[in-house]
Amino acid sequence: MINAGVITVSYIIATILFILALGGLSNQETARRGNYYGMIGMAIALIATVLGVVTQHYTILFAALVVGGSIGLFAARRVQMTQMPELVAILHSLVGLAAVAVGYANFMDPTHHLVGVELTIHDIETYIGILIGAVTLSGSVIAFGKLSGRIGGTPLTLPGRHYMNLALLIGAIWFGYQFVVQSAGGGGMEPLIIMTVIALLFGIHMVMAIGGADMPVVVSMLNSYSGWAAAATGFMLGNDLLIVTGALVGSSGAILSYIMCRAMNRKFLAVIAGGFGTGGGKAATTTGDEQGEVIAIDSEETAALLLDAKEVMIIPGYGMAVAQAQHVVNEITKVLRDKGVNVRFGIHPVAGRMPGHMNVLLAEAKVPYDIVFEMDEINDDFPDIDVSIVIGANDIVNPSALTDPDGPIGGMPVLECWNGKVSIVLKRSMATGYAGVQNPLFFKENTRMLFGDAKDTLDAVFKAL
Amino acid sequence: MKIGIPRELFAGEKRVATTPEVASQLIKMGFDIAVESNAGAAANYSDEQYAAAGCSISTVDKIWNESDIIMKVRGPDKQESMRLKSGQTLISFLWPAQNPELLQMLAERGVTAIAMDSIPRISRAQKMDALSSMANIAGYRAVVEAAQHFGRFFTGQITAAGKVMPAKVLVIGAGVAGLAAIGTAKSMGAIVRSFDTRPEVQEQIESMDAEFLLLDFEDEDGSGEGGYAKTMSKEFIEAEMALFAEQAKEVDIIITTALIPGRPAPKLITADMVESMKDGSVVVDLAAEQGGNCELTEPEKVAIHHGVTLIGYTDLPSRMAAQSSQLYASNLRHLLTDLTPEKDGRIIVDMEDEVIRGATICKDGETTWPPPAPKLSAAPPKSEPAPAPVPVVEEKKKSVAGPIIGMVTAGLALLGMGAVAPESFMAHFTVFVLACFIGYMVIWNVSAALHTPLMSVTNAISSIIIIGALIQISSDNEMITWIAAGTVFIASINIAGGFAVTRRMLEMFRR
Repeated sequence: MINAGVITVSYIIATILFILALGGLSNQETARRGNYYGMIGMAIALIATVLGVVTQHYTILFAALVVGGSIGLFAARRVQMTQMPELVAILHSLVGLAAVAVGYANFMDPTHHLVGVELTIHDIETYIGILIGAVTLSGSVIAFGKLSGRIGGTPLTLPGRHYMNLALLIGAIWFGYQFVVQSAGGGGMEPLIIMTVIALLFGIHMVMAIGGADMPVVVSMLNSYSGWAAAATGFMLGNDLLIVTGALVGSSGAILSYIMCRAMNRKFLAVIAGGFGTGGGKAATTTGDEQGEVIAIDSEETAALLLDAKEVMIIPGYGMAVAQAQHVVNEITKVLRDKGVNVRFGIHPVAGRMPGHMNVLLAEAKVPYDIVFEMDEINDDFPDIDVSIVIGANDIVNPSALTDPDGPIGGMPVLECWNGKVSIVLKRSMATGYAGVQNPLFFKENTRMLFGDAKDTLDAVFKAL
Repeated sequence: MKIGIPRELFAGEKRVATTPEVASQLIKMGFDIAVESNAGAAANYSDEQYAAAGCSISTVDKIWNESDIIMKVRGPDKQESMRLKSGQTLISFLWPAQNPELLQMLAERGVTAIAMDSIPRISRAQKMDALSSMANIAGYRAVVEAAQHFGRFFTGQITAAGKVMPAKVLVIGAGVAGLAAIGTAKSMGAIVRSFDTRPEVQEQIESMDAEFLLLDFEDEDGSGEGGYAKTMSKEFIEAEMALFAEQAKEVDIIITTALIPGRPAPKLITADMVESMKDGSVVVDLAAEQGGNCELTEPEKVAIHHGVTLIGYTDLPSRMAAQSSQLYASNLRHLLTDLTPEKDGRIIVDMEDEVIRGATICKDGETTWPPPAPKLSAAPPKSEPAPAPVPVVEEKKKSVAGPIIGMVTAGLALLGMGAVAPESFMAHFTVFVLACFIGYMVIWNVSAALHTPLMSVTNAISSIIIIGALIQISSDNEMITWIAAGTVFIASINIAGGFAVTRRMLEMFRR
């Protein structure tokens, strides 16, 4: 209905809008506008394609669009903010699945008549698109399982897992070669299917080997993969819009993974290779010596401390998400701020199970974002802080990251709350965090332990206030 | 166990060993508390308040007869010690070094005695360090007493009637009391100077915004064990006295707090110095009980010499009885918390515990004083390991060659690809590389707080893969059509879900 030039222009507009969408996320004020740019870009791209390319089967198309869109909207409305990581993971798997499906459909399409180098390149593009798509698919499903608690969070460390990965990789390359050779003769479906199975296994194995605390890296890595899968599909179809968008998303996820790894002082490869601390059983050794005694505190005393304080820092961790305590945290914050206490939040980059997880939870509870700070912004302020409240966090406030450079979390930047006057740690028990490292913070003289479920204890603190 | 709080008998002593507030906390720990009628009256704590807190009001005889633990402020006098029975525990100030007869008596009575003045000065025991609590109050009160006798403002003012110069205050000895005096005088607006033989307190004095008086004397550290000062050499003292003589002419108020444990207070302010002071000046001698830092101090009295008021009160904490009772009671509560690890109201005098060992001067009739030397002094000896170096996990200096080799290799690989790949592929490849760079530039600007929305929005736009399915859906091959329809279906879940959830999250970010 419309000619190719108009479609190309529409794609360019959509591309620009996508870039603006990502650029808009640089701060909270422009973020909403950015999201609308993204929606408009997507709408333009869809309309242009439907009008310009689609020639029949409109009924099926619209039925699929409407039903799928409704399911998506429904899921987005219903999801709880604490379940965001799961939702994002499962949505990634859909992109992976779509990439696989598009790749197969494209391969089966009999209307292509490419020969020679062009055919080889096209086959390789198809192959890579399906490969990345399949890894994204199975990896995201496993990540979803881990995040939602359907699969245990502990890393699965099969013996010789590095060799297994290597074998899978070599297998994928070998079948790729077979596929290209057979495709030239008109066949190739067999190696393609075998490769898909290999890629699915690889995705499962890769994410199974990664521990719960490394989940932010995994989620952003899968985000990256879903982008590369879209880019590979773009090459296959010769479509620049897909290539550009895929590359944007791919580099976005890659950068996020890098930021998360840096925040944990871990090497990206070490995270992917799986298990915490590549040194194996080293994690437990630093916990051996007697650390001294902890000083417990009850909720009334906590409330009294908070009321006496001028500067309060709240450090949320995954425990706050688990206990759904963000709302009562906000209530406490409000009361204290009304009484003239300067309450701030210190967020560690890897707190939670996904980049920015804590920020979303606090935003959901309507904590004003201008009192929520990044670790680097507030770490130097701790000496002036009267009371720090650590809610369900452990490794991100562990002083041994600084004092024990050889420990499993050595060198990881942490929130130095022990430099404040008093730290109150909310915890269910004395169990160690995901890194399995004992936390000397708990035994410091200026640390008070408030045991119990974060929500219940904070409710009690709120009442006492 | 039952705790008895008798009324203090010492003349002029207004303090009481527990307050209603602290008593209620002790009751929570499982103790029963009996308070002698009117025990807290002088500190403004009435019997009704104690009763409301859950204490029983009792007579003096009953308290001494029926209590398992006796808590007092001052040590027991002769009569009181005769009332003690074997098996009872006494907690109060006891000063075993100064009162050997009392110590012997306590041992003979077969009691367990815990001296609040003997709590080791280690950081863990700070919460029960009653000496510091009392010194803090004494320092504060010293300034208040000085103000009472000083005929002028502390703070400088410029008024319509003329200019008022601020008072100059010299605080000698910057221990707990000295620092409290500095803070109080400072907050009243005076110019405060301070001197101490221990160089490490210079920082503390300056942190209180007071001036640290430097002595022209090299290298003598006055720090003794347990955070106290020690006796200095003759030359040092001469230099010090010269400094005081010079200051005496200048300042309006001198507050002396110099004490050396187990020795009479050093004489720092001579009669000549007092004479050189301006008329109307005030000297508050916090060391009066140990003989005074000033030659002319008369203990427990206010004397006037050469127009200078010399205050020698020895009961400054008792003059703020409500405050000092509250802090003392809290110190006792912390001690009892350590003594009752099970929180069941039964005390266990654990001689393995360094703090309890140090404070227990007599256990079940056996003298256990003096305790073995403390393992740690307040100013830790040099053996403390240097703070672990903050690990600057610096990567090995990357050689310049590394990235160059990488870039050359990548460049060659691209050239090789360009040599064989068809034109159309290279065009797409150009777009791809440029897009990666744009992505790289844009994403670094994304605020960390928005990483989750970033992921959901990139997820939504990565469903642009739906375009691939749209291209395929019009195929004549039914199989392809259905696969494409399925792809459209799942991709549209993603588009709608991704954008909607992003919107929902962004709506929540409010200032």
